[in-house]
Amino acid sequence: MTPLSSCLLLSSLLFSVGFAGVLMRRNAILILIGIELMLNAANLNFIAFWRYGSAPEALTGVMFVIFSIGVAAAEAAVGLALIISIYRHRKTTQIDRMNSMRG
Amino acid sequence: MTWIVRNLWLIPALPALAAGLSALAKRHQRRFSASLAIGAMGLSFLLSLCAFSQVMLAIAHGQASRQVVNFPWFQFGDQWLKLGWMLDPLTAIMLVMVTFVGLLIFIYSTGYMAHDDNFTRFFCFLSLFAAAMLGVVIANSLLLLFMCWELVGLTSYLLIGFWYHKPSAAAAAKKAFITTRIGDLAFLVGMLWLFSQAGTLLFYDQGAGCLEHSALTAMVAHLTSIGMAASTGIALLIFAGAVGKSGQVPLHVWLPDAMEGPTPVSALIHAATMVAAGVFLVARVYPLMAAHSDTASVITATTALQVVTWIGAITAVFAALIAVAQNDIKRILAYSTVSQLGYMMMGLGVGGVAVGMFHLITHAFFKSLLFMGAGSVIHGCQEEQDIRRMGGLSKLMPITFATYAVGMLALCGFPLFFSGFWSKDAILHAAMGWSISRVPFYLGSLGALLTAFYMTRQVYYVFFGTSRLASHNEVAPATHAPHSTSATPHESPSNMTVPLVLLATCAILLGAIGTPAWPWFDSFLSGESPVFAFAGFLEHGILPVMLTSTLIVFLGLALGWWFYGRKPILSADRPDALEQLHPGIFHVLQNKFYVDELYEHTVIRWNSALATFSDWLDRWVWNGVVMSVSNLVLGLSWLARSTDTYLVNTSFDEGCHTVTTSGKLLARLQSGRTQSYLRMVGIAFAALVLVLIWSARS
Amino acid sequence: MNLTPSISSLTVVPLVGALAVLALGSNRKLARGVALAFAFLALLVTLLLWHHFNSASGTLQFEEVHAWIPALGVQYHVGADGLSLLMLLLSTLIVPMSMAASWHIQEKPSLYFALILLLEAGLIGTFTALNFFHWFLFWELSLIPAFFLIRLWGGSQRATAATQFFLYTMVGSVTLLLSFLALFLYTGIFDFITLGELARSGHLLQSLAATSHGTAATADRFALLLCLGALLGFAVKVPIVPFHTWLPATYAEAPTGITMLLTGTMSKMGLYGLIRILLPIFYLQMRSMRTPLLWLAVATVVLSAYAALVQKDLKRIFAYSSINHLGYCLLGIFSILKFTGDDPALLSEKAAALSGVFLQMFNHGLTAATLFWFVALLEKRSGGLRGLNDFGGLRKVAPVFCGLMGIALFSSLGLPGLNGFIGEFLIFKGVFPLAGWAASLSTLGLLLTAIFLLGIMQRVFAGPLNPSFAHMPDLTTAERLSLFPALALMVTLGIYPQLVLGVINSTVLHLVQQIR
Repeated sequence: MTPLSSCLLLSSLLFSVGFAGVLMRRNAILILIGIELMLNAANLNFIAFWRYGSAPEALTGVMFVIFSIGVAAAEAAVGLALIISIYRHRKTTQIDRMNSMRG
Repeated sequence: MTWIVRNLWLIPALPALAAGLSALAKRHQRRFSASLAIGAMGLSFLLSLCAFSQVMLAIAHGQASRQVVNFPWFQFGDQWLKLGWMLDPLTAIMLVMVTFVGLLIFIYSTGYMAHDDNFTRFFCFLSLFAAAMLGVVIANSLLLLFMCWELVGLTSYLLIGFWYHKPSAAAAAKKAFITTRIGDLAFLVGMLWLFSQAGTLLFYDQGAGCLEHSALTAMVAHLTSIGMAASTGIALLIFAGAVGKSGQVPLHVWLPDAMEGPTPVSALIHAATMVAAGVFLVARVYPLMAAHSDTASVITATTALQVVTWIGAITAVFAALIAVAQNDIKRILAYSTVSQLGYMMMGLGVGGVAVGMFHLITHAFFKSLLFMGAGSVIHGCQEEQDIRRMGGLSKLMPITFATYAVGMLALCGFPLFFSGFWSKDAILHAAMGWSISRVPFYLGSLGALLTAFYMTRQVYYVFFGTSRLASHNEVAPATHAPHSTSATPHESPSNMTVPLVLLATCAILLGAIGTPAWPWFDSFLSGESPVFAFAGFLEHGILPVMLTSTLIVFLGLALGWWFYGRKPILSADRPDALEQLHPGIFHVLQNKFYVDELYEHTVIRWNSALATFSDWLDRWVWNGVVMSVSNLVLGLSWLARSTDTYLVNTSFDEGCHTVTTSGKLLARLQSGRTQSYLRMVGIAFAALVLVLIWSARS
Repeated sequence: MNLTPSISSLTVVPLVGALAVLALGSNRKLARGVALAFAFLALLVTLLLWHHFNSASGTLQFEEVHAWIPALGVQYHVGADGLSLLMLLLSTLIVPMSMAASWHIQEKPSLYFALILLLEAGLIGTFTALNFFHWFLFWELSLIPAFFLIRLWGGSQRATAATQFFLYTMVGSVTLLLSFLALFLYTGIFDFITLGELARSGHLLQSLAATSHGTAATADRFALLLCLGALLGFAVKVPIVPFHTWLPATYAEAPTGITMLLTGTMSKMGLYGLIRILLPIFYLQMRSMRTPLLWLAVATVVLSAYAALVQKDLKRIFAYSSINHLGYCLLGIFSILKFTGDDPALLSEKAAALSGVFLQMFNHGLTAATLFWFVALLEKRSGGLRGLNDFGGLRKVAPVFCGLMGIALFSSLGLPGLNGFIGEFLIFKGVFPLAGWAASLSTLGLLLTAIFLLGIMQRVFAGPLNPSFAHMPDLTTAERLSLFPALALMVTLGIYPQLVLGVINSTVLHLVQQIR
């Protein structure tokens, strides 16, 4: 097994765990955590492809991941703010109660 | 032109005025109304005498005996329609007869109708009748004559139905009007034809009238498509009017029913004057009836006159036969009138104007005498009209009996002393010499025999024997206000008996003016001075005819005595002597040869069938067409509506419904739960991955 | 001072009256009083016209011509000859009678009387207009108030009757309108007088042939079609059998005052149209259909009389009797179509027939309206009963009523001395030489009329008194006075018909000359 494959396998597992968390959990915060996991799986992919890819000299993969983490942090902040606002409104963070988007 | 000719219109105008005034009178103004009517009639009578003497003078001085006054009535197109009146011997004699008989009957009515509620109305109608009848007499225009003729019919209608509360009277009135109107319509058509042929309806108009030479020649020459001369056709149509009015076969059925009217009405209208108007009409248009192309031959019986003769002769016998078996005192007289009118027609046909008219005049007197006598009898017997329930009245009502006997003998034609003998004899003599056939003479003789027989029967029933009235007194119907409390028959008051006596006198004396020895009547009508000559009796054929008719009359009287006078009639319910002899024939006669029934089952039934048919046509055919068109339109619109409702609307609705339900179905996916959306995405992602893997492997 | 009123002012009088009555609204007594006053005013104006009419001239008088829509050839053109004047007199005479007969109407009287006045305006307009455009407006204007009068105040079957009446006359009006629009399309003329002149000079057929690019034969057929279309419009209105089935139902269901108007005046609109419009313009086409038309006239006379025999409702009897009487007019009109050239004798017969027709139109209007009036009086007393067998012996309790109604009945029967006779006599006198068979057959109608009219007298007046009418009041003084003019006119015209004939005679001659 090549190191790349192992990394990709790991990141897939990570992604799957995160995705499962998003789908299964009802608490909005846990879902957010799941999303972070999936994001980090993606970051891991970037690093792996950069490190074992065709041009490991340029720091493109690291740059990608640093930006991605920055964006994820911002996103998490916005997400949390939304959750808090919903909590204030609905007194709950259970996501399955929220169906106002129903057609 | 003398005063009386210029003012001849006054004669009918006076009674008309009286009628108008008494129409406005209140119900209780009896004396006013009666004296008005009698006064007007009296004045008319005086004026008629003036007119009569005027004609006599004119004849005596050898002047023209006919004077006419014509006046324009209204205009149409470029011409005026003219009416007019005339004074000629025929008019003069009729005027005197009508006004004199009318006056007597008016006076008689004051007694007969004294207790009636509608006394004033009665005199109003009587005056109107007199006016119309006098109008018929003086008319110099067929149109004016027709108009008055119709008015006479109207008053006859009103007077027959005078006791309107009796359904039978109302029905009889209607029947009389309609039956005579059938004849009148033929008369109308004849008049229209005459108008279109001659261009005028004036009888005499200085050579331009329709009865004058030029018009007659043209009409005789004008042949219709069936080869008959126009004059014949017109004459026959006009004669049809006379048939209706004078109750000739086959339009005689109304006259006996008309006896539902008060008796003075029967005497005046249905014996003396109106029914004789038909005879008068034929006499008036005699030049038309006798118009023929062959001027050379002296005596020719034209087709029209032959028809007149035959109808008259048949009617004379037919009605006399029926009269034999009747039991109602007035119906016997009514059929007798029909029969005598037949005689008059026959007289006109075979012998000319004078023969027919002479019988008309004498008949007017003795028949109105008989009717008024019958009225007196009815009056005396509490409105009983069935001769079987009378009897023995000769002692109780002596004046009535005496005068009735005179009338009866005059009607039978008892020799020498009674006017009927002379007038009937003239007819028989003329019939004897008729060029076409001898049959009318035999029919006439048979009629004379029957007349003598049924009158004898009636007189025996009514005046002789014992009174059969008392036992049936309680069932006698009081048709109008009860006016007598005494049960026994009694003589009538003097205002009823005096006219009877006067008329009886006339019935005897009048014969003197038409004997063969002194044919005053004949020459008066033809505008000549009469000559007295006993030689008249010796003229060819006169004495044998006189002897024959005398024999016939005696035979009739003897037969009547044999059946009814030999043994007194004891009970009202015993069958008639003739009925015992031959019940079958008697019943046929009693039922008037079933003519009414025949009409009921033919003409009247067809008529009502046509009426029903026409109504059916209206309701179902015409209306059906309209209804089917409208139903068609309705159907089409229903179809259009159904297409709309069920086809267009339904499919549209259905489509909408499907869209909605499917939308709902899809909307269920849109649960609003983010996670379910993500699940979808997950599943899709997994599927995509699988597909990719699958395709990468193959 | 010259007081000759104009025809326009006569037309305006009832219109103003209608508005005034509507404006008065709820005050019942005032409304009917005002309505009657306006009706009398119209009568007065008509009498003034009658007075100023020059009876020696047969041409149109009191003519007024104003341009209206020049682009369409529409002029306001009115005028009156003897016929128009007679019809005007009849209309303005019948309207007050009808008002008097409906004097005690309870429901919305102001609307009722206003509609009657509107109807009168329509009638006056129809009888005087000489241009198809506004003639047709008036023709329809009279129809609409009649519809509402029947629909709102009629008997139990009024909805059906009103609809039937409206639809029937509407269909007739439509074909009439189409015919005249076609004529206008090919000639560009709406004016009756000009069209008549064109027809007489033969230009009408020429222009039909020229514009439709057809031969003379197709033009003939086309003209015949136009004539039939116009004829249908009038045939329904008169009515001619078999277009008459609306009439008995309508007459029976309309309030009796309105029936008087329908029979007295509106039925004359059809005859008037036949004489004024159809005869001068389409005389050639009518002449080609003369025999079938005469058969229709005879059928109208005889069948309607027969149908009257079996009716049980007095109003239906008089309705059929109306058809019968108008049938004689048709007989006269159709018989004079015969081609006679210059034969003076036959021209004189035609004049007689046409004089008779005019007189009969007037007489029938007067008599039939009076008869319906009597029915109205009877209904008022019997509480709405008017069956032939509902009464009996009324002479005993109401002798004056029976006597006066008897006069009207005998007038209808054509008794000499009353008005009905002269008209019928003149018609028959004229028709007999022109169409002898038709005249002879139609005399049957005279007999049948006698049978059913005497039947009425027998069943209603005579016989034993029906106990439920034992206390029926006789005519009141007011009723006697209001009936008096009509009855007096019947007697007067019966004795002195020259009163009318003198006025119409020149018109008759003029018309007869036109359709020679």
